[in-house]
Amino acid sequence: MSGVIAQLREKALELTLKTGDFTLFFGRMLVAVPATIARPSLVVAQIYNAGALSLVIIMLAGLFVGMVLGLTGYDILQRYGSEEALGSVSAIALVKELGPVVTALLFAGRAGTAVTSEIGLMKATDQLAALEMMAVDPVRRVCVPRFLGGVVSMPLLAGIFSMIGIFGAQLVGVYLMRVDAGQFWSELQAAMEPRYISEGLIKSCAFGVACSAIAVHEGFRCLPTAEGVSRATTRTVVNSSVAVLIIDYLLTAVML
Amino acid sequence: MDNAINTSLRNLATARSPADLVMRLEDVSYSVGNRAILKGLSLSIPRGSVTGVMGPSGTGKTTLLRLMTGQINADSGRVIVAGEDLGLLSRSQLYTLRKRMGMLFQNGALLTDLSVYENVAYPLREHTDLPEALIARVVLTKLQAVGLRGAADLMPSELSGGMARRVALARAIVMDPEFLIYDEPFAGLDPIAMGMVMRLIRRLNDTLGLTSIIVSHDVAEMALLADYAYVLNAGAIAAQGTPVELAGDPTPAVRQFMAGLEEGPVAFHYPAPDYAQQLLGLVR
Repeated sequence: MSGVIAQLREKALELTLKTGDFTLFFGRMLVAVPATIARPSLVVAQIYNAGALSLVIIMLAGLFVGMVLGLTGYDILQRYGSEEALGSVSAIALVKELGPVVTALLFAGRAGTAVTSEIGLMKATDQLAALEMMAVDPVRRVCVPRFLGGVVSMPLLAGIFSMIGIFGAQLVGVYLMRVDAGQFWSELQAAMEPRYISEGLIKSCAFGVACSAIAVHEGFRCLPTAEGVSRATTRTVVNSSVAVLIIDYLLTAVML
Repeated sequence: MDNAINTSLRNLATARSPADLVMRLEDVSYSVGNRAILKGLSLSIPRGSVTGVMGPSGTGKTTLLRLMTGQINADSGRVIVAGEDLGLLSRSQLYTLRKRMGMLFQNGALLTDLSVYENVAYPLREHTDLPEALIARVVLTKLQAVGLRGAADLMPSELSGGMARRVALARAIVMDPEFLIYDEPFAGLDPIAMGMVMRLIRRLNDTLGLTSIIVSHDVAEMALLADYAYVLNAGAIAAQGTPVELAGDPTPAVRQFMAGLEEGPVAFHYPAPDYAQQLLGLVR
C-alpha cells in the first residue's frame, strides 16, 4: 500500500514539474511573439508547413465526415419526416463541433508530429545548441514561428473542413437521397446563427494554441536521441488529442 | 577592403577592450545525477593562445566545453569568460557575450533548411544590418578560406562530414569572434582537410589575435598546434604544460594517453564481470 502511495506521489510530482515547465516555456514563447511577428517571413513559412501541407488530408476528411453525416442524418430525420432539416443539422454539427475537433485531431497527427520531430532532430543534431552559440534564441527563431504557424492555420483549416463537410452532406443528401436542394440550403441558412460560427472559431483558435504549444514543447524538451524524438512525437499526438477533447468539453459547457 | 570589413564586423560584434580577454575556471564541479563529471577543476586560458584540452573519451571534455560557453552551469565554482561570471549572467547578457565567441561543433551542426551560403551568412543576417553585397563578400571570403566557395549553393545534406565541418568553421568565424572554441575539429577529416584546418586555426589565431580553445583527443595534431595544453582524466586535470612538456610527463595516466598505450591506469574496458565466467554463463 505504501508502495502505491509512493508511486502516486512520484507521479504527482512529475506531473507538477512537467506542468510547471510547460507553463514557463509557454510564457517564454508569448514574450517572444512580438519579436517574431516583426519577421513575418518566418511565420508565413510555418503557416505553409502547418496549414497548406495539411490541406489535402483536412479536405478529404471533411468530405467523408460530411458524407457520413448526410447519410446518418438523413436516416434518422426521415423517420420523423424531417429530412429537409438535413442541411441545418449537418451544418450546425460541423461548424460548432466536428469541424474544430476533427481538424484539431488531424492537425495533431499531421502537423503536430512534423513540428515535434523537426525540432527534436534539430536538438539531436546540435542545431539548437548552434543557434544558442550564435546568440540566437532558438525559442524565438525555431519555436515561436512554428507555434504561430499552427495557431493561424488551425481556424483556417477548421473553416475549410466545415465547408467541405457541408458540401459532402449536400452531395449525399441532395444527389443520393433526393432531399430537395432548395429546402436543404434554406433550412441551413435559417438555422445557422453567427454564434455557432464564433463558437467554432473560438474552439479552433483554442485548439490551435494547445496543439501547437504541445508540439513545440515536446520537440524542444525531448531527449536528443532517436528514441527520445520518437517518444516525444507519440506524446504530441496523445497529449494534443486529450487536450482537445477536454478543452472542447469545457468550452462547450461555457458557451452553452 | 577585407580589413575594413573585418574591422566593421568586429566593431558590431564587440565593444570591449582586449585587456579582459581571458577565460578562467575556478574549482568547478559538475555532476549528472550521482555521477561526478568534473571534480574541482581549475584552469585558465591566456589571451591570444591556442590552448588544447585533451584526454581519453568520457573524461568530461565536452562537459567542460559546455560550461565554458554557458550552455550548462557549474554545480559549484566559477566560470569566468572575458571578466564575466557566466553563472551570474542573464540570458540576454549571455547572448551579448556569445556574439564575441565562435564555436565549431563536432558534427558541424549546420541548419539543414539553409544552403551552405545561407548558413554562413546566418549570424550576419541575425546580428547586423549589412547590405546584401557586403554580406556576399564576407561569406565568400570565409568560404574561400575553408576551400568551399564552390559549394555555396549546396544544401547540408549534400556535404560530406568533413565538408560540413569546414562550412561550420566558416560560419564560426564569419562574425570575427574573439574566442573560437573547437570541439574535436580533426575527427573524420582526410589528411588534406586536416592540414588545411590546422593551418587555418593557427592563421586565424595569429592574424586576428583570437583566443582558441581546442577540445580533442588527437595527440599528434595537438602537439603541433597547441601552445599549451591540459590533459583531463576522470574529471580532473592530470597534467598541463606545453606539448613538449606533456610528452615527457612521467604521470602514468598522462604517459598512457600521450603514447596511446593499452596498459595503464586508464582502463580501456568498461567495468564488467569476468570475461570467461560470463561466456560460460556463470554470471550475467
